[in-house]
Amino acid sequence: MDTVRGAKSVTRTGPIIVVLLAMLVVWYAAAIGMNAPWQTTLNTRAGLADVPFTDFALQTWAQDRPVLPAPHQVLGEIWNATVALELTSRRSLAYHGWITLSSTLLGFVLGTTLGVALAVFIVHNEAANRSLMPWIIASQTIPILAIAPMVVVGLGSVGITGTVPRALISMYLSFFPVVVGMVKGLRSPESIQLDLMHTYDASPWQTFWKLRWPAAMPMLFASMKVGIAISLVGAVVSELSNAAGGGLGVRLLTGSYNGQTIQIWAALFIAAALAAILVMIVGAAERMVNARMGARPA
Amino acid sequence: MSQLQYFLALVAGGLSAAALAYSFVTPFEQALLLKAFLALGFLSLIRFFVPLGLWADGAFALLGAVAVLTSLGAFAPPLPFFWMAVVVAWLFAWLFVERLSKSLAPRLSDNAGLGLLVPVVFGAALLVIWEVVTRGANVPPVLLPAPSAIGAQLANSAPILWADFVQTFIKSVLPGFAIGCLSGLVVAILVDRSPFLKAGLLPIGNFMSALPIIGIAPIMVMWFGFDWQSKAAVVVAMTFFPMLVNTVAGLNASSSIERDLMRTYAADYWQTLLKLRLPAAGPFIFNALKINSTLALIGAIVAEFFGTPVVGMGFRISTGVGRLAIDLVWAEIAVAAIAGSAFYGVIALIERGVTFWHPSVRGGRA
Repeated sequence: MDTVRGAKSVTRTGPIIVVLLAMLVVWYAAAIGMNAPWQTTLNTRAGLADVPFTDFALQTWAQDRPVLPAPHQVLGEIWNATVALELTSRRSLAYHGWITLSSTLLGFVLGTTLGVALAVFIVHNEAANRSLMPWIIASQTIPILAIAPMVVVGLGSVGITGTVPRALISMYLSFFPVVVGMVKGLRSPESIQLDLMHTYDASPWQTFWKLRWPAAMPMLFASMKVGIAISLVGAVVSELSNAAGGGLGVRLLTGSYNGQTIQIWAALFIAAALAAILVMIVGAAERMVNARMGARPA
Repeated sequence: MSQLQYFLALVAGGLSAAALAYSFVTPFEQALLLKAFLALGFLSLIRFFVPLGLWADGAFALLGAVAVLTSLGAFAPPLPFFWMAVVVAWLFAWLFVERLSKSLAPRLSDNAGLGLLVPVVFGAALLVIWEVVTRGANVPPVLLPAPSAIGAQLANSAPILWADFVQTFIKSVLPGFAIGCLSGLVVAILVDRSPFLKAGLLPIGNFMSALPIIGIAPIMVMWFGFDWQSKAAVVVAMTFFPMLVNTVAGLNASSSIERDLMRTYAADYWQTLLKLRLPAAGPFIFNALKINSTLALIGAIVAEFFGTPVVGMGFRISTGVGRLAIDLVWAEIAVAAIAGSAFYGVIALIERGVTFWHPSVRGGRA
C-alpha cells in the first residue's frame, strides 16, 4: 500500500520538479544573455579581452546591479537580509515581511468576518439580496487596488496611521470573494434538504447551523484562499504610498529607485513565499475541517 | 406587511413626528420642503388604519431625497432635525425596497425592469447619503469629496482624464491583455498535447496565480522603460497564468463520449480541437478573460506608481494624492471604474454570443 502511494507521489511530483529545473536553467541562461552587454562594457573598460565563456558566464552571475540577478544571488540576498541581520534592523527583510504580514492578516480576518456576516444577511433578506448583490458583483470589475495609496494618505490626514489603513485595504479586497463565495455556499443546500429540516420542525437557527453553514464550508475555504492571496497584494500595494512606513512594498519601491535589482527580487521572493505559506495554511485548515466533518477526501 | 416592515413604518412615522416638532424652533419659511416632507412622513402613520401602496413609500423616499438635498445649504451647521429627516428618507427608501422585493420574489425572471429598480434605488440612496453627509457634516474634502464635486471635476478636466485613459487603457491594458491572453491560450494548447508537461506546469500555474505577480512591476519598469511597454509587460505577466490554467482545464471539459464520437468521424487532432474541444472550453476561457479584464487594469495602474511619463491613470492618482488634489483622484477612479465595468461588460456580452449553448447562458443568467 505504502509503496503504491509512494510511486504515485513520484509520478505526481516528478513532472513538477522537471519543469522547475527547466525554469531554473532558462533563468541562468537568460541571466547570461541579459547581463552580457553591461559585462562586455565592464570588461572592455578593464582591458580584458577574450574572456573564456565559462568565466564570462560566472561574471554575469555575480554583478552588483544585474539586469536579471541569478537565483543564487537572490537567495544569498535573502539569507543576508534575514538570518544574518538583527530582526529589528531597518534593512532586515524579516522586519519588513512582518509589517506586511501583520496588515495582511488583520485585513484578512476583518474582511472574512465582514464578508461572512454580509453573506448571512443577504441570504436571509430578499431586499438586501436584490439591492446589494448587483453592486457587489459590479464592484469586482473596478480596479479597487488603485485607490489604495489614496485611502492610506486620506486616513493618515485624520490621524489614522500604521497598520490599520493598510489592513483596511486588505479587508476591502478580501471581503468581495468571501461575500460572493459564501452567498453561493449558503444557498447550496437543495430544496429537498431544506424541506427535510422543515419536517424535523427545525428553527431557522438550527437550519442555519446544521445545514446551511456546513454546506457552505467548501465555498468558504475556496474564497478564503483567494481572499488571503489578494489581501497580501493589497498590503504590498498600500505600502507604496508611504516609504517611511516599511514593508515589502517599500523594499520594492526603494529598490526600483536605487536600481537595486537584487533587493527587488529578494522582496518579491519573500512576498511569494508568504503568499504560498498563507494559502497552504488555509488549505491545511480546510483539510482539518473536512476531516472533522467526515467529508470524503477528494 | 411583515414584522420588519411594520417596524420600519413605525420608526419612520414616529421619527418624522419628532423631527417635525423639533423643526418649529426655526422660522416657518426656512426649508419649507423639508418640513412638508416631515409632515407627510408623520401622516404616513395613517397606514396602520388605511393601507398605503408600496409606490407611496417610493414617492416618500424620492421626496425626502429632494427635500434633504435642496435644504442642505439652509442651515449651517445643520440642526439635529435635518439629520433625523435624512434617516427618515432612508427608512422610507428601505421600506420601499423591502416591499418591492417581497412583491417581486415569487416571480423572479418575468419582471426584469422592476427587479433592476431595487439596486438602482440602493445606489441612488448611497449617493444621496454620501452627498448629504460630506457636505452637511463638513467632511474634509481630503478625506472624501462630495459626489457633486467629483462630477464637476470629471467635467472640468475631461481632456486630462481622456489623455490618461488613452495612455493607460488603450496603450497599456489592451495590448498587454491581448498578448497575455493569446500566449496563455497558445501555451495551454501546446501543453495539452503532453501529459507530462501538463502534470508539471499546471500546479505551478495554479501556484503562480496566487502569487503577488504585481510585484514585478518595478522590474518591468527597469527592463522596458517608463512608457507603456513596461505596463503592458506587467499586464502580460498577470494575465498569462489565469488564462493558461483555465484553458487547460477547459480543454478537458469535453466528455469522453463526445471525443469518441469525433473519433468515429475519423476527425484528426486539429478537427477535434477546433470543432469540439475549443468550443467546449469556451466557458472556461471566458472565465479567464473576465478575471483578466480586472487584473489587467489593476496591473497597469499599479505599475504606473513605479514610474511613468507624465500621463496615465496611475501617475495622476499618485501625484494627485501627493498634491492633495483628491477631487481629481476620485474623478480618475470614476473613469477607471467605468472603464473596468465596460471592459468586463463587453467580454460578458461576447460570452453570451459565443457560448450561447451553455446552460448558464440559456437560463438567461450569465
